[in-house]
Amino acid sequence: MWDYLVDRRGLIAFQAFQHVSLVVQCVLLATVIAIGLAVLAYRSAKVTGLANGVSAVGLTIPSFALLGILLAPFGFGITPAVIAVTFYATLPILRNAVVGLAGVDRSLVESARGIGMSRLATLRRVELPLAWPVILAGIRVSTQMVMGIAAIAAYVLGPGLGSFIFSGLSRLGGANALNATLVGTIAIVLLALVLDLVLVLVGRLTTSRGIRV
Amino acid sequence: MSDTIAASTGDTTQPPAGNERRISGVSIRLEGVTKRYSGQGKPAVDAVDLDIPAGQMVMFVGPSGCGKTTLLKMLNRLVEPTSGKIFLGDEDVTGQDPDQLRRRIGYVIQAGGLFPHMTVATNIGLVPGMLKWDKQRISDRVDELLELVGLDPEVYRDRYPRELSGGQQQRVGVARALAADPPVLLMDEPFGAVDPITRQRLQDELIRIQEELGKTIVFVTHDFDEAVKLGDRIVVFDVGARVVQYDTPEAILADPAEEYVADFVGAGATLKQLTLTRVSDVELIHPQVTRAGADAAEVVRQATAAGEKYVVVTDRRGRPISWPSVAELSRVATVPDTVDEKLPVVGLRSTLNDALDTMLAASQGGVVVTGRGGVAGVMVVETVMAAIQRTREEVQG
Ligand SMILES: Nc1ncnc2c1ncn2[C@@H]1O[C@H](COP(=O)(O)OP(=O)(O)OP(=O)(O)O)[C@@H](O)[C@H]1O
Ligand SMILES: [Mg+2]
Repeated sequence: MWDYLVDRRGLIAFQAFQHVSLVVQCVLLATVIAIGLAVLAYRSAKVTGLANGVSAVGLTIPSFALLGILLAPFGFGITPAVIAVTFYATLPILRNAVVGLAGVDRSLVESARGIGMSRLATLRRVELPLAWPVILAGIRVSTQMVMGIAAIAAYVLGPGLGSFIFSGLSRLGGANALNATLVGTIAIVLLALVLDLVLVLVGRLTTSRGIRV
Repeated sequence: MSDTIAASTGDTTQPPAGNERRISGVSIRLEGVTKRYSGQGKPAVDAVDLDIPAGQMVMFVGPSGCGKTTLLKMLNRLVEPTSGKIFLGDEDVTGQDPDQLRRRIGYVIQAGGLFPHMTVATNIGLVPGMLKWDKQRISDRVDELLELVGLDPEVYRDRYPRELSGGQQQRVGVARALAADPPVLLMDEPFGAVDPITRQRLQDELIRIQEELGKTIVFVTHDFDEAVKLGDRIVVFDVGARVVQYDTPEAILADPAEEYVADFVGAGATLKQLTLTRVSDVELIHPQVTRAGADAAEVVRQATAAGEKYVVVTDRRGRPISWPSVAELSRVATVPDTVDEKLPVVGLRSTLNDALDTMLAASQGGVVVTGRGGVAGVMVVETVMAAIQRTREEVQG
């Protein structure tokens, strides 16, 4: 195993970087999409219910199935991988963003409007900063989840550590097959931990001292 | 220095009642203002006409749900009137951009409505920021306002709201509302959530600030005593914001317009008269006042010569900090600078009612009275009793 690691350290590092890069970019995109949707949804109880429903049902779709479906229009490659990973990443963030925004004290929103902040300024300066800790918790859940899903995306020839796992699994019993699978899996777990730590740090840096718990 | 100037030119720095007072507010006029919430049969506010003169503090009182908040929020268009016109000064504001309008109208709600993720300074600087003041001007203004509401800028500027007491939050709320020097201030039960003693202090501060600034203030309250104490005029509302009586506190107490108002004013109208009498209207006694750190023996000698039993000790800035007996002082070398947290203190503009409450809360037979230049004297419980006696006789005879 050690020899395997040393031999392929270049490739492992490259795939690890690809993997993290895919996850980070998709989560960023998902955050933007989720907050956008949440802003449209949170002030109507009906739409909020709908968003939560979609979120719950969406998470039950097996990722293999979704990737399979996406293969038809997009073929093999990076596009279906990005779409699938972003889709799954959006769901927990959306749910938390809706909950977080709806949880902002209405009297504070009224106070903001009352001193002459526009709707948009109120959202940007009051509601989003106050909902941010909850949204960030959603981002953490998302990130952990899609680290695994990104591995499965290697099935459609997406980038990342999933390629080790799949190539290992497809030649089980062959030389280094187990090593490849193990390296892919362990690397994903370690990177997930590192990313989570980074997000905790981001949380500390971006949450006002006035609302930190 | 300024003391001597004031002394030589007489009383001009003290704003006398009437038209010599500085007024920075504008009048407010309502014409047939109506609000009908969708899905409700009766309008919450039904064709209200009201004239609020510039520079006055007008109190809205009335039963819960009668439409006070709705009416107040129509003044800054947080609630859009269904019909009717609202004028600030001569300007019809019903057609204006609401955000622009609100930056010219201060708005204070219960518990201050401070944003918990912003510091005190950021909270206060929000409106000037929206009006594109430059940084230095905003920061100077923040400090000035903190001073105005009695908070030391050095200590409080960078704190977050959760690091303040309820009363301090409310002060910051008032400072934020005043930030861009708006002519009109709307306050919706601002002191509803603080304890009685803090509320009384905040009321005293508001009176002082209002004397200095002369804004037009509309103030909603549940507490009739508060209305009597603060208001130049009181509007008593009934359901649908029907104006039942609109007059000075004195007139409403003396002559309630309807049975309904009399009930609302409540029993014990003679005691309510205590709310009409200010500490500045009664005789104060003037004990020895000394700074912390002074030579105790000398203070004791003077106090004994004057026949005083107690001495009022102030800090460097002339604010009273304790009230030791002459006997206590004769046991120390210098006057101690310990701050007595329980020291009963009221302002000259406080009502006798407040003074009595403060004395009772501190279990003391008197209260230290502060005015503009520091300690103005001491009022004792006998003075309050005499005042009660007098009003009772007036009412009966
Ligand atoms: N946003 C709203 N939508 C529908 N009805 C409302 C709304 N706000 C207030 N009302 C109704 O309008 C009436 C007046 O309410 P308002 O809040 O103005 O009363 P208030 O005098 O301020 O009462 P309180 O003293 O309890 O604060 C009430 O019957 C209330 O139920
Ligand atoms: Mg109300």
